[in-house]
Amino acid sequence: MAQTPSLAEESGSTPFSSSQSITLRIARYNPQHDSAKSFMEFQVPYEKWTTVLEAILEVKKHFDHSVAVRYSCRQATCGSCGMIINGKPRLACFTKISELNSNVITVEPMNNFPIIRDLAVKFERLFDTHHKIKPYLIRDDTEITTNTKEFLQSPEELEQYIQFSNCIKCGLCNSACPTMATDSSFVGPQALAQAYRYVADSRDKGKDNRLKIIDDSHGIWRCHFAGSCSQVCPKGVDPAMGIQLLRGYMLGFRS
Amino acid sequence: MRESIIMKIHYGTALAAVALVAVHILMRLTQGFAESLEYDSVITNYKFLPYAGMLEIILILLSIHGFNGLRVILLELKQGKTYEKAVSYGCVVAMIALIGYGTRTIIMVNTGMT
Repeated sequence: MAQTPSLAEESGSTPFSSSQSITLRIARYNPQHDSAKSFMEFQVPYEKWTTVLEAILEVKKHFDHSVAVRYSCRQATCGSCGMIINGKPRLACFTKISELNSNVITVEPMNNFPIIRDLAVKFERLFDTHHKIKPYLIRDDTEITTNTKEFLQSPEELEQYIQFSNCIKCGLCNSACPTMATDSSFVGPQALAQAYRYVADSRDKGKDNRLKIIDDSHGIWRCHFAGSCSQVCPKGVDPAMGIQLLRGYMLGFRS
Repeated sequence: MRESIIMKIHYGTALAAVALVAVHILMRLTQGFAESLEYDSVITNYKFLPYAGMLEIILILLSIHGFNGLRVILLELKQGKTYEKAVSYGCVVAMIALIGYGTRTIIMVNTGMT
Protein backbone atom coordinates (compact mmCIF):
# COMPACT_ATOMS: atom_id res chain seq x y z
CA MET A 1 0.00 0.00 0.00
CA ALA A 2 1.34 3.39 -0.94
CA GLN A 3 2.25 5.51 2.05
CA THR A 4 1.15 9.14 2.07
CA PRO A 5 4.16 11.36 2.79
CA SER A 6 3.95 13.38 5.97
CA LEU A 7 4.28 17.16 5.83
CA ALA A 8 7.97 16.87 6.73
CA GLU A 9 8.65 14.48 3.88
CA GLU A 10 7.17 16.65 1.16
CA SER A 11 9.67 17.72 -1.43
CA GLY A 12 11.08 21.19 -1.01
CA SER A 13 9.98 21.42 2.59
CA THR A 14 13.18 20.48 4.37
CA PRO A 15 14.02 22.50 7.48
CA PHE A 16 16.79 25.11 7.45
CA SER A 17 20.16 23.37 7.27
CA SER A 18 21.88 25.09 10.14
CA SER A 19 23.99 24.04 13.09
CA GLN A 20 22.26 26.62 15.25
CA SER A 21 18.83 26.14 16.72
CA ILE A 22 16.55 27.84 19.21
CA THR A 23 13.62 26.77 21.31
CA LEU A 24 10.52 28.46 19.98
CA ARG A 25 7.71 28.66 22.56
CA ILE A 26 4.41 29.37 20.89
CA ALA A 27 1.34 30.42 22.89
CA ARG A 28 -1.63 28.19 22.08
CA TYR A 29 -5.13 29.30 22.98
CA ASN A 30 -8.50 28.72 21.41
CA PRO A 31 -11.16 30.79 23.25
CA GLN A 32 -13.83 28.30 22.16
CA HIS A 33 -12.18 25.31 23.86
CA ASP A 34 -9.40 26.40 26.19
CA SER A 35 -9.74 27.98 29.61
CA ALA A 36 -6.16 29.28 29.69
CA LYS A 37 -3.20 29.89 27.45
CA SER A 38 -0.58 27.14 27.16
CA PHE A 39 2.79 26.96 25.41
CA MET A 40 4.17 24.45 22.93
CA GLU A 41 7.93 24.18 22.41
CA PHE A 42 9.71 23.45 19.15
CA GLN A 43 13.40 23.18 18.29
CA VAL A 44 13.86 25.30 15.19
CA PRO A 45 17.13 25.64 13.24
CA TYR A 46 17.97 29.16 12.13
CA GLU A 47 20.40 31.20 10.11
CA LYS A 48 21.72 34.70 10.79
CA TRP A 49 18.94 36.19 8.67
CA THR A 50 16.02 34.02 9.85
CA THR A 51 13.10 36.05 11.16
CA VAL A 52 10.71 35.00 13.91
CA LEU A 53 7.93 34.76 11.32
CA GLU A 54 10.03 32.36 9.24
CA ALA A 55 10.63 30.26 12.35
CA ILE A 56 6.88 30.14 13.05
CA LEU A 57 6.19 29.20 9.44
CA GLU A 58 8.87 26.51 9.77
CA VAL A 59 6.95 25.09 12.73
CA LYS A 60 3.71 25.19 10.72
CA LYS A 61 5.41 23.45 7.81
CA HIS A 62 7.27 20.69 9.63
CA PHE A 63 5.85 20.24 13.13
CA ASP A 64 2.33 21.57 13.66
CA HIS A 65 0.35 23.10 10.85
CA SER A 66 -2.48 24.10 13.22
CA VAL A 67 -0.59 27.07 14.70
CA ALA A 68 -2.71 30.15 13.92
CA VAL A 69 -0.74 33.20 12.79
CA ARG A 70 -1.66 36.17 10.62
CA TYR A 71 0.91 37.36 8.08
CA SER A 72 1.11 38.64 4.55
CA CYS A 73 3.90 40.78 3.09
CA ARG A 74 6.86 39.51 5.18
CA GLN A 75 8.56 42.92 4.82
CA ALA A 76 7.06 45.13 7.57
CA THR A 77 4.60 46.80 5.22
CA CYS A 78 1.22 45.16 5.79
CA GLY A 79 1.26 45.25 9.62
CA SER A 80 -0.30 41.79 9.96
CA CYS A 81 2.21 39.82 12.02
CA GLY A 82 2.36 41.86 15.23
CA MET A 83 2.87 39.73 18.32
CA ILE A 84 4.63 39.71 21.68
CA ILE A 85 8.14 38.35 21.11
CA ASN A 86 10.14 37.73 24.28
CA GLY A 87 7.83 40.09 26.18
CA LYS A 88 7.89 43.00 23.73
CA PRO A 89 5.38 43.84 20.98
CA ARG A 90 7.17 43.45 17.62
CA LEU A 91 6.51 42.51 14.02
CA ALA A 92 7.50 38.86 13.57
CA CYS A 93 8.66 39.49 9.98
CA PHE A 94 10.85 42.41 11.10
CA THR A 95 12.53 40.66 14.04
CA LYS A 96 15.53 38.47 13.35
CA ILE A 97 16.15 35.60 15.75
CA SER A 98 19.84 36.49 15.89
CA GLU A 99 19.10 40.00 17.21
CA LEU A 100 17.13 38.67 20.18
CA ASN A 101 20.29 37.17 21.77
CA SER A 102 18.37 34.34 23.38
CA ASN A 103 18.21 30.58 22.93
CA VAL A 104 14.54 30.59 23.89
CA ILE A 105 12.06 32.70 21.97
CA THR A 106 8.54 33.06 23.31
CA VAL A 107 5.81 34.29 21.00
CA GLU A 108 2.40 35.33 22.32
CA PRO A 109 -0.59 37.18 20.88
CA MET A 110 -0.64 40.96 21.26
CA ASN A 111 -1.97 42.37 24.53
CA ASN A 112 -5.14 44.50 24.60
CA PHE A 113 -6.68 42.64 21.64
CA PRO A 114 -9.24 39.82 21.77
CA ILE A 115 -7.64 36.54 20.69
CA ILE A 116 -9.07 34.69 17.70
CA ARG A 117 -6.71 31.74 18.12
CA ASP A 118 -3.05 31.27 19.14
CA LEU A 119 -1.19 34.30 17.73
CA ALA A 120 -4.04 35.79 15.67
CA VAL A 121 -6.00 38.65 17.26
CA LYS A 122 -9.07 40.66 16.30
CA PHE A 123 -8.35 44.09 14.82
CA GLU A 124 -11.94 45.45 14.91
CA ARG A 125 -11.37 47.91 17.75
CA LEU A 126 -8.16 49.22 16.14
CA PHE A 127 -9.90 49.80 12.80
CA ASP A 128 -13.02 51.25 14.47
CA THR A 129 -11.06 53.86 16.41
CA HIS A 130 -8.92 54.60 13.35
CA HIS A 131 -12.09 55.15 11.32
CA LYS A 132 -13.63 57.24 14.12
CA ILE A 133 -11.03 60.01 13.84
CA LYS A 134 -11.82 60.49 10.11
CA PRO A 135 -8.46 59.47 8.63
CA TYR A 136 -8.77 61.48 5.41
CA LEU A 137 -8.48 65.09 4.29
CA ILE A 138 -11.62 67.06 5.09
CA ARG A 139 -12.35 70.09 2.92
CA ASP A 140 -15.17 71.37 0.78
CA ASP A 141 -13.26 71.72 -2.49
CA THR A 142 -11.46 68.94 -4.30
CA GLU A 143 -8.39 68.72 -6.54
CA ILE A 144 -9.88 66.12 -8.83
CA THR A 145 -12.41 68.38 -10.52
CA THR A 146 -11.28 70.04 -13.72
CA ASN A 147 -9.78 73.54 -13.74
CA THR A 148 -8.64 73.29 -10.12
CA LYS A 149 -5.07 73.31 -8.89
CA GLU A 150 -3.55 70.56 -6.82
CA PHE A 151 -3.22 71.38 -3.11
CA LEU A 152 0.34 72.64 -2.78
CA GLN A 153 2.39 72.03 0.33
CA SER A 154 5.85 73.27 1.30
CA PRO A 155 8.53 70.86 2.59
CA GLU A 156 8.17 72.50 6.03
CA GLU A 157 4.42 71.83 6.05
CA LEU A 158 5.05 68.24 4.98
CA GLU A 159 7.61 67.84 7.77
CA GLN A 160 4.88 68.56 10.34
CA TYR A 161 3.17 65.21 9.83
CA ILE A 162 5.17 63.01 7.42
CA GLN A 163 6.47 60.53 10.04
CA PHE A 164 2.89 59.87 11.19
CA SER A 165 1.85 58.85 7.69
CA ASN A 166 4.23 55.86 7.98
CA CYS A 167 1.73 54.08 10.27
CA ILE A 168 0.92 50.59 8.96
CA LYS A 169 -1.86 49.93 11.51
CA CYS A 170 -0.09 46.91 12.97
CA GLY A 171 -1.50 47.64 16.45
CA LEU A 172 1.82 47.26 18.30
CA CYS A 173 1.41 50.71 19.90
CA ASN A 174 -2.06 49.82 21.18
CA SER A 175 -0.69 46.51 22.46
CA ALA A 176 2.05 48.31 24.44
CA CYS A 177 -0.25 51.04 25.82
CA PRO A 178 -0.95 50.68 29.58
CA THR A 179 -4.18 52.71 29.35
CA MET A 180 -5.52 50.37 26.65
CA ALA A 181 -5.06 47.51 29.15
CA THR A 182 -7.67 48.87 31.56
CA ASP A 183 -9.81 51.32 29.56
CA SER A 184 -11.80 49.42 26.95
CA SER A 185 -13.18 52.68 25.53
CA PHE A 186 -9.84 54.49 25.14
CA VAL A 187 -9.19 55.72 21.59
CA GLY A 188 -5.60 54.48 21.71
CA PRO A 189 -2.24 55.79 20.51
CA GLN A 190 -2.67 54.59 16.92
CA ALA A 191 -5.86 56.59 16.32
CA LEU A 192 -4.58 59.61 18.25
CA ALA A 193 -1.36 59.68 16.22
CA GLN A 194 -3.43 59.52 13.06
CA ALA A 195 -5.66 62.32 14.34
CA TYR A 196 -2.52 64.44 14.69
CA ARG A 197 -1.36 63.38 11.22
CA TYR A 198 -4.48 64.94 9.65
CA VAL A 199 -4.81 67.90 12.04
CA ALA A 200 -1.21 68.91 11.25
CA ASP A 201 -1.73 68.54 7.48
CA SER A 202 -1.94 72.04 5.97
CA ARG A 203 -4.39 70.77 3.32
CA ASP A 204 -6.89 69.56 5.91
CA LYS A 205 -9.78 71.71 7.10
CA GLY A 206 -11.33 69.28 9.57
CA LYS A 207 -9.27 70.18 12.65
CA ASP A 208 -12.17 71.37 14.84
CA ASN A 209 -14.27 68.37 13.88
CA ARG A 210 -11.44 65.94 14.66
CA LEU A 211 -10.43 67.61 17.93
CA LYS A 212 -14.04 67.39 19.08
CA ILE A 213 -14.05 63.62 18.47
CA ILE A 214 -10.98 63.00 20.62
CA ASP A 215 -12.04 65.49 23.33
CA ASP A 216 -13.96 62.79 25.17
CA SER A 217 -13.76 61.22 28.63
CA HIS A 218 -12.00 58.25 26.95
CA GLY A 219 -10.14 60.36 24.42
CA ILE A 220 -6.78 62.10 24.30
CA TRP A 221 -6.72 63.10 27.99
CA ARG A 222 -6.48 59.51 29.18
CA CYS A 223 -2.94 59.17 27.77
CA HIS A 224 -0.45 59.04 30.67
CA PHE A 225 2.55 59.59 28.42
CA ALA A 226 4.16 56.26 29.29
CA GLY A 227 5.79 56.44 25.86
CA SER A 228 5.74 52.67 25.29
CA CYS A 229 3.79 53.19 22.04
CA SER A 230 6.69 55.12 20.53
CA GLN A 231 9.23 52.56 21.75
CA VAL A 232 7.61 49.63 19.97
CA CYS A 233 6.65 51.23 16.64
CA PRO A 234 8.48 49.35 13.86
CA LYS A 235 8.08 52.27 11.43
CA GLY A 236 9.61 54.98 13.60
CA VAL A 237 6.33 56.76 14.27
CA ASP A 238 6.24 58.61 17.60
CA PRO A 239 2.58 58.45 18.73
CA ALA A 240 3.44 59.82 22.20
CA MET A 241 4.83 62.99 20.61
CA GLY A 242 1.80 63.25 18.31
CA ILE A 243 -0.50 63.04 21.33
CA GLN A 244 1.41 65.79 23.16
CA LEU A 245 1.31 68.00 20.05
CA LEU A 246 -2.43 67.38 19.75
CA ARG A 247 -2.85 68.43 23.37
CA GLY A 248 -1.07 71.64 22.42
CA TYR A 249 -3.91 72.35 19.97
CA MET A 250 -6.51 71.59 22.62
CA LEU A 251 -4.86 73.73 25.31
CA GLY A 252 -4.42 76.63 22.89
CA PHE A 253 -0.62 76.48 22.58
CA ARG A 254 -0.86 75.60 18.86
CA SER A 255 -3.28 76.75 16.19
CA MET B 1 -18.72 69.82 30.13
CA ARG B 2 -16.07 69.02 27.53
CA GLU B 3 -13.12 67.00 28.75
CA SER B 4 -10.60 69.62 27.58
CA ILE B 5 -12.24 72.26 29.82
CA ILE B 6 -12.24 69.84 32.76
CA MET B 7 -8.56 69.07 32.19
CA LYS B 8 -7.66 72.77 31.89
CA ILE B 9 -9.31 73.27 35.30
CA HIS B 10 -7.43 70.18 36.55
CA TYR B 11 -4.03 71.55 35.49
CA GLY B 12 -4.88 75.09 36.64
CA THR B 13 -5.95 73.99 40.11
CA ALA B 14 -2.75 71.93 40.45
CA LEU B 15 -0.52 74.91 39.61
CA ALA B 16 -2.46 77.30 41.85
CA ALA B 17 -2.48 74.78 44.71
CA VAL B 18 1.30 74.33 44.51
CA ALA B 19 1.77 78.11 44.85
CA LEU B 20 -0.69 78.52 47.72
CA VAL B 21 0.43 75.41 49.61
CA ALA B 22 3.99 76.78 49.40
CA VAL B 23 2.77 80.00 51.10
CA HIS B 24 0.87 77.90 53.65
CA ILE B 25 4.01 75.85 54.48
CA LEU B 26 6.11 79.02 54.77
CA MET B 27 3.58 80.47 57.22
CA ARG B 28 3.63 77.28 59.28
CA LEU B 29 7.42 77.57 59.53
CA THR B 30 7.04 80.77 61.55
CA GLN B 31 6.45 78.57 64.62
CA GLY B 32 7.31 75.06 65.72
CA PHE B 33 5.43 72.12 64.23
CA ALA B 34 3.82 70.96 67.50
CA GLU B 35 2.99 74.51 68.49
CA SER B 36 1.42 75.09 65.08
CA LEU B 37 -1.08 72.28 65.65
CA GLU B 38 -2.17 73.45 69.12
CA TYR B 39 -5.89 74.20 69.45
CA ASP B 40 -5.46 77.91 70.22
CA SER B 41 -3.00 78.35 67.37
CA VAL B 42 -5.39 76.74 64.87
CA ILE B 43 -8.30 78.91 66.09
CA THR B 44 -6.12 82.02 65.81
CA ASN B 45 -5.24 81.13 62.23
CA TYR B 46 -8.89 80.65 61.32
CA LYS B 47 -9.77 84.01 62.87
CA PHE B 48 -7.14 85.79 60.75
CA LEU B 49 -9.38 86.24 57.71
CA PRO B 50 -6.77 86.68 54.92
CA TYR B 51 -5.14 83.40 56.02
CA ALA B 52 -8.47 81.64 56.51
CA GLY B 53 -9.45 82.84 53.01
CA MET B 54 -6.28 81.33 51.59
CA LEU B 55 -6.98 78.02 53.39
CA GLU B 56 -10.49 78.06 51.93
CA ILE B 57 -9.08 78.59 48.42
CA ILE B 58 -6.57 75.74 48.95
CA LEU B 59 -9.43 73.52 50.08
CA ILE B 60 -11.44 74.36 46.94
CA LEU B 61 -8.45 73.89 44.60
CA LEU B 62 -7.37 70.57 46.11
CA SER B 63 -10.95 69.26 46.25
CA ILE B 64 -11.54 70.03 42.57
CA HIS B 65 -8.16 68.60 41.55
CA GLY B 66 -8.35 65.56 43.81
CA PHE B 67 -11.88 64.51 43.01
CA ASN B 68 -11.35 64.98 39.28
CA GLY B 69 -8.22 62.84 39.58
CA LEU B 70 -10.26 60.20 41.39
CA ARG B 71 -12.94 60.40 38.67
CA VAL B 72 -10.31 59.85 35.97
CA ILE B 73 -8.81 56.84 37.80
CA LEU B 74 -12.26 55.28 38.30
CA LEU B 75 -13.23 55.85 34.65
CA GLU B 76 -10.08 54.06 33.53
CA LEU B 77 -10.69 51.13 35.84
CA LYS B 78 -14.16 50.28 34.61
CA GLN B 79 -16.42 51.42 31.79
CA GLY B 80 -20.16 51.57 31.27
CA LYS B 81 -22.69 54.37 30.84
CA THR B 82 -24.37 54.02 34.24
CA TYR B 83 -21.10 53.47 36.07
CA GLU B 84 -19.46 56.48 34.44
CA LYS B 85 -22.42 58.74 35.26
CA ALA B 86 -22.44 57.52 38.86
CA VAL B 87 -18.70 58.15 39.19
CA SER B 88 -18.92 61.66 37.69
CA TYR B 89 -21.91 62.80 39.76
CA GLY B 90 -20.58 60.99 42.86
CA CYS B 91 -17.27 62.86 42.64
CA VAL B 92 -19.03 66.23 42.22
CA VAL B 93 -21.25 65.55 45.26
CA ALA B 94 -18.28 64.38 47.37
CA MET B 95 -16.30 67.46 46.30
CA ILE B 96 -19.12 69.82 47.29
CA ALA B 97 -19.59 67.97 50.59
CA LEU B 98 -15.89 68.26 51.47
CA ILE B 99 -15.75 71.96 50.56
CA GLY B 100 -18.94 72.53 52.53
CA TYR B 101 -17.54 70.76 55.60
CA GLY B 102 -14.28 72.77 55.51
CA THR B 103 -16.10 76.04 54.97
CA ARG B 104 -18.42 75.23 57.87
CA THR B 105 -15.39 74.90 60.19
CA ILE B 106 -14.08 78.36 59.21
CA ILE B 107 -17.54 79.93 59.57
CA MET B 108 -18.09 78.29 62.98
CA VAL B 109 -14.77 79.64 64.30
CA ASN B 110 -15.45 83.15 63.04
CA THR B 111 -19.00 83.27 64.38
CA GLY B 112 -17.88 82.13 67.82
CA MET B 113 -19.56 78.74 67.66
CA THR B 114 -16.50 76.89 69.04
